[in-house]
Amino acid sequence: MLSTLASLTVTALQAKLRAREVSPREALDALAARIDAVDGRLRGYLSTDLEYARRAAESADVTLPLGGVPIAVKDVVSVAGQPCGCASKILAGYRAPFDATAIARLRAAGAIPFGRTNMDEFAMGSSTENSAFQLTRNPWDLSRVPGGSSGGSAAVVAADTAFAALGTDTGGSIRQPAALCGCVGLKPSYGRVSRYGLVAFASSLDQIGPLTKTVADAALLLGVMAGRDPLDSTSLDAPVPDYAAAVRDFSIKGARIGLPKEYFVSGIDPQVEAAVRAAVAHYAKLGAEIVEVSLPHTEYAVAVYYIIATAEASANLARFDGVRYGHRAADTNGLLEHYGRTRAEGFGPEVKRRIILGTYVLSSGYYDAYYLRAQKVRTLMRQDFEKAFAQCDALICPTSPVPAFKLGERTADPLAMYLADIFTIAANLAGICGVSLPGGFAKAADDGDRELPIGVQLLGPAFAEEKLLGIAHAFEQTTDWHQRRPALG
Amino acid sequence: MSAAPDLDVRYIAQLARLDLSEAEIATFQTQLGHVLEHVAALRRVDVSAVEPTAHASAVFNVFRDDEPRASFPPEVALSNAPRKANELFVVTKVVE
Repeated sequence: MLSTLASLTVTALQAKLRAREVSPREALDALAARIDAVDGRLRGYLSTDLEYARRAAESADVTLPLGGVPIAVKDVVSVAGQPCGCASKILAGYRAPFDATAIARLRAAGAIPFGRTNMDEFAMGSSTENSAFQLTRNPWDLSRVPGGSSGGSAAVVAADTAFAALGTDTGGSIRQPAALCGCVGLKPSYGRVSRYGLVAFASSLDQIGPLTKTVADAALLLGVMAGRDPLDSTSLDAPVPDYAAAVRDFSIKGARIGLPKEYFVSGIDPQVEAAVRAAVAHYAKLGAEIVEVSLPHTEYAVAVYYIIATAEASANLARFDGVRYGHRAADTNGLLEHYGRTRAEGFGPEVKRRIILGTYVLSSGYYDAYYLRAQKVRTLMRQDFEKAFAQCDALICPTSPVPAFKLGERTADPLAMYLADIFTIAANLAGICGVSLPGGFAKAADDGDRELPIGVQLLGPAFAEEKLLGIAHAFEQTTDWHQRRPALG
Repeated sequence: MSAAPDLDVRYIAQLARLDLSEAEIATFQTQLGHVLEHVAALRRVDVSAVEPTAHASAVFNVFRDDEPRASFPPEVALSNAPRKANELFVVTKVVE
């Protein structure tokens, strides 16, 4: 009974809570028991605050949209009174003194943010191996990565140790781990969800979004979090539709789905490509129209991204100076040594690597050649999407070119790790929305019959989440990939 | 072999106020050299008539009313300070 309670979707749990079949305290206890049983192997959580969660559960108003629903939160989004360490030594011991706007809205809707999920340090990575504290494992194969950077959030949702989780997506960090762990991951359009209280990595690319067991749950959480926030001047003043209702009412008949020809070239695992092609055929069978489109600047996406994201990161991470919060080097002699040693001791290797690259591309004499040029190619990439979306409602492609890889397999070669982001980063550069959903399973060639999830990605125009989620829902409701659960072996 | 002979990791680390070990300098010099070789592909794109994109959704001049708002009391603002005294952050001496 307890384990089946933990495996509920947010929508199903909330219905049981509202009908008073289950109390918020029972739901929380079931989840805590599941975490106790499983997280020692999975290591998705950096910390939980069950004492606070139990108090909140006792007083929860189950008539609210998320009343009494516990939510896991990536360690980069501020929850008042809880740690927010970005899985970095430089913020060890830091507790957020305020709520992010997304958290404040979730709390106002009745949700209980109770646990901090592991991630790549400062959200820099694609495997969660860059966490300063622990390795999180893929629930489908404990010898493999959960993806990243929101790897903890994806793993806990897939393993039923969370009903839903928040992640952040700067270049695919919600969608790629969702694909590798077999859950739903939504990156909202830039400006759809306030970034206030999110520790900044790359401010022109970052977005907060949900990782969930179903598309309906993603729609529910997005509806709660979305909307203009005076505390984030980049959040847009666009109406927030009832996403959950829009998804339910959506008709796939006649929807136009675009196949970007540049996304089906070389380097994709054949089983991943086959799953995406099967999804395309499935959509055609459901009555969607399939059109071929072109995104001619795709080959430059990784280069543009790793200039712009690192440039912004090098500026954002300058705030970690050992004065107002975080680690401070002991016994330094003078200001430069204070900064240099504080940051050397606090940051891990990938963060250092990106600070160096970002500082270089912004430095005098190289700014025009790298940063300015990358911003111009970014314009061309945005225009590619505008032209493509004149012909279709959404694009379909793989989320990741490969299923989950082995722990340690790619850590030695940063460029190889970066190139694996090819299908996700363009959405961040263009500011559009994207979702990864369970679309099949691959058999691991080196591991007998071991099944690993495959993610199918849909991309939609900016602020077209209603239709994007509707199209995703139509697939999900006519397939059963999302209903499979990992054995945690 | 690096296509970026101009990348001087030791110098950039000084600009970034980030002390690196000799081993880190050597590793980053090689790894970031490979990244910059990849990035060099951008030189092939004709961007002569293209405006740069700084932000995904172009919004400009977002104003708010200039009204006082509640803020943290000192003990909260200082709650994460590695060193503090007299309700103030303690900083390293910067003038002799």
